Amino acid sequence: MKKLFLLTFLVVFGMAAMAQEVNPGAKIPSVTIKNIDGNSFNTQDISNDGKPIIISFWALWCKPCKLEMDAYNENYPEWVEETGVKIYAVSIDDARSTAKVLPFVSGKGWTMEMLLDPNSDFKRAMSVNMIPHTFILNGNGEVVYQHTSYYEGLEDEIFEILKKIAAGEDPNE
Amino acid sequence: MKKIVFISAVLYFMATALHAQDFLKRSEVHGSFETDVMFYQPDNALGITDSTINGNNFGFNAFADIIYTLDNFSAGFRYEAYLPPIAGFDTQLEGQGFPYLWATYNTEKYSFTVGNFYEQFGNGLVLRTYQEWSLGYDNSINGVRVVAEPVKGLIFKGVYGTQRYYWSKWEKNGRGVVKGVDAELNFNDVFKFMSDAKLQLTLGGSAVSKYQADNNPFYKMPKNVGAFAGRFNIGIGKFNFTSEYAYKINDPSAVNNYIYKDGQGFIFTGSYSTTGLGVFAMFKRYDNMSYKSDQAVTGNALDINYLPALTEDHTYMLAAMYPYATQPNGEIGFQVQVNYKIPKKTWLGGKYGTGIEINYSQINDIDRQKVNDTTGINQNGTLGYTSEFFKFGKTIFNRDLTVKIDKKFSKNLKGIYTYINQQYNQDVVLGHTGEPNVFAHIGVIDMTYKFTSKKALRVELQGLWTKEDKQDWAALMFEYTISPHWFFSIADQYNYGNDIAEDRLHYYTGSFGYTYKTTRVSVTYGRQREGVVCVGGVCRQVPASNGFSITLSSNF
Repeated sequence: MKKLFLLTFLVVFGMAAMAQEVNPGAKIPSVTIKNIDGNSFNTQDISNDGKPIIISFWALWCKPCKLEMDAYNENYPEWVEETGVKIYAVSIDDARSTAKVLPFVSGKGWTMEMLLDPNSDFKRAMSVNMIPHTFILNGNGEVVYQHTSYYEGLEDEIFEILKKIAAGEDPNE
Repeated sequence: MKKIVFISAVLYFMATALHAQDFLKRSEVHGSFETDVMFYQPDNALGITDSTINGNNFGFNAFADIIYTLDNFSAGFRYEAYLPPIAGFDTQLEGQGFPYLWATYNTEKYSFTVGNFYEQFGNGLVLRTYQEWSLGYDNSINGVRVVAEPVKGLIFKGVYGTQRYYWSKWEKNGRGVVKGVDAELNFNDVFKFMSDAKLQLTLGGSAVSKYQADNNPFYKMPKNVGAFAGRFNIGIGKFNFTSEYAYKINDPSAVNNYIYKDGQGFIFTGSYSTTGLGVFAMFKRYDNMSYKSDQAVTGNALDINYLPALTEDHTYMLAAMYPYATQPNGEIGFQVQVNYKIPKKTWLGGKYGTGIEINYSQINDIDRQKVNDTTGINQNGTLGYTSEFFKFGKTIFNRDLTVKIDKKFSKNLKGIYTYINQQYNQDVVLGHTGEPNVFAHIGVIDMTYKFTSKKALRVELQGLWTKEDKQDWAALMFEYTISPHWFFSIADQYNYGNDIAEDRLHYYTGSFGYTYKTTRVSVTYGRQREGVVCVGGVCRQVPASNGFSITLSSNF
């Protein structure tokens, strides 16, 4: 019985994993979170004048997330120059450390747009399981690429995708 | 069994049919899945034998979370299964079903939700419901929520319902009903003359009440327990200050030993942030602030509020050996942190700059004095104790100094160096009665070398030195990654300094994982040491084990 259950679950899981391929064009849901100053911010206001957008979920307690942010930050000026991209970094730190995010980010010298999602409302609405989790949106605000986890060098793949979007190509081809 | 197959089939059809069809162009379906499977095996050195496993050689936690959206309407559910739960999760989780079902109608100014929802008022001192999969924690409210934002910057919230308690259904005269309202006003958004002001100001306030029938045979219990909180957030240029104060009326419970004292919670933070430098300081005090929707329940369930742990959160294997968990019955403490980046092209900064992070936190018991000569401190059925607000009690719960330096040496080589000095009260935090405080030094060297733009090797060398508990440890980890798909890792934690020679054990693990976009599979084999997993100050004990674990996670 248990094995049958497990098998069924895996089949469903596998289907869902494949299904992600055919779910392009998803838009960003409307969730009210906070910006780094503590003012309310609706996620539908995420925009970049028809140029690509990166939304990346991270937290102070997540080591690979911080490495990923470092890598993005290092490449940000070049990416902006070539593709006009704007990066939104969404911290899911809860009340334990929301007030630490701003001084930490300043200390790091990160320059991307910072958002606070202290009760994971935006994370849940975006169906994010594990962080780091990065979304790339095309000029129409549609999700065209997602990636979970960070290994050294992911930034190169991200850059390639951004260049394709900026050139009006489909990054999944 | 038929039910399970049926549910799986429904999940399958919803997941594929709904979003693959063109005729539902305005509909969107997305969701996420995770499966964690453990296969346990006997390990004599850890005291795990065939008979202790006793057929329990398998643990299975899984969920599927689906969200459907059509214009302003959205609805969703989460299916969960624990068949049986992985060791270390509450055994009351065993079973499967749909603990999270909801529907929301959203307009620009209003939002109505029926079913289960997660909500947080302010910092959560009087109300926070949330879910944390890695802890098996979920205190969602099942009921109604209304959120109104009549003008931008002014938000009202109202909630009503009962909380999730594993799989048990709510019954009349059972666990309590929770009601709450919250209002938040952002002056810069609401008032035109402040829209460009240098001063950023937000004020907020909440009121929460819990109603529970009095079923207690010994005590006369208050049926309605109210809690109130006020907060502010002020930004002036590079300075930022936040604070919240919460008050709760008397609420005798199994957690506070049935004392009739009122409760208080207070958090104050201040920070200064400028490019390359961040300074943070905070003070907090919790006094008798456990607030649950059932007075008789202890442990990680039915919390109405949330008391954040406000200490440095450690993630390295050995640094996470002694994690702090919030003491809701009373604690007082402070924390300071400095982040500084030594600029590029200076003597100390080198070619790429050097990052420094220093954090110090200390948490003590609150001051406790007898209410009168004939009553013991915290004696049940009494007012418990009196306490001076700003006075630190004598008992130290946790003290932590962390110094972290990160440095990039070249395009290919970088390192993070960490030193931690800790004092940890096992007696209070873990309930290990009579065990001495642990004084530990911990050092971590974490180096990453990039071979090519995609291939990198990360090595962690760690040491933990203490005379208490299990004495000295060393750990070594190698992780090889091929971006964006693969990771391979081997690690060993070795308790080389244990006073008991036969307990000088190696805890070796080997793991690998594959990620394709958002689908991640990882497999780990080896020994897991006994320990505590904490998220945000809520902790779960994990028993020692040996075996295979497989995690599958995906979203779409």
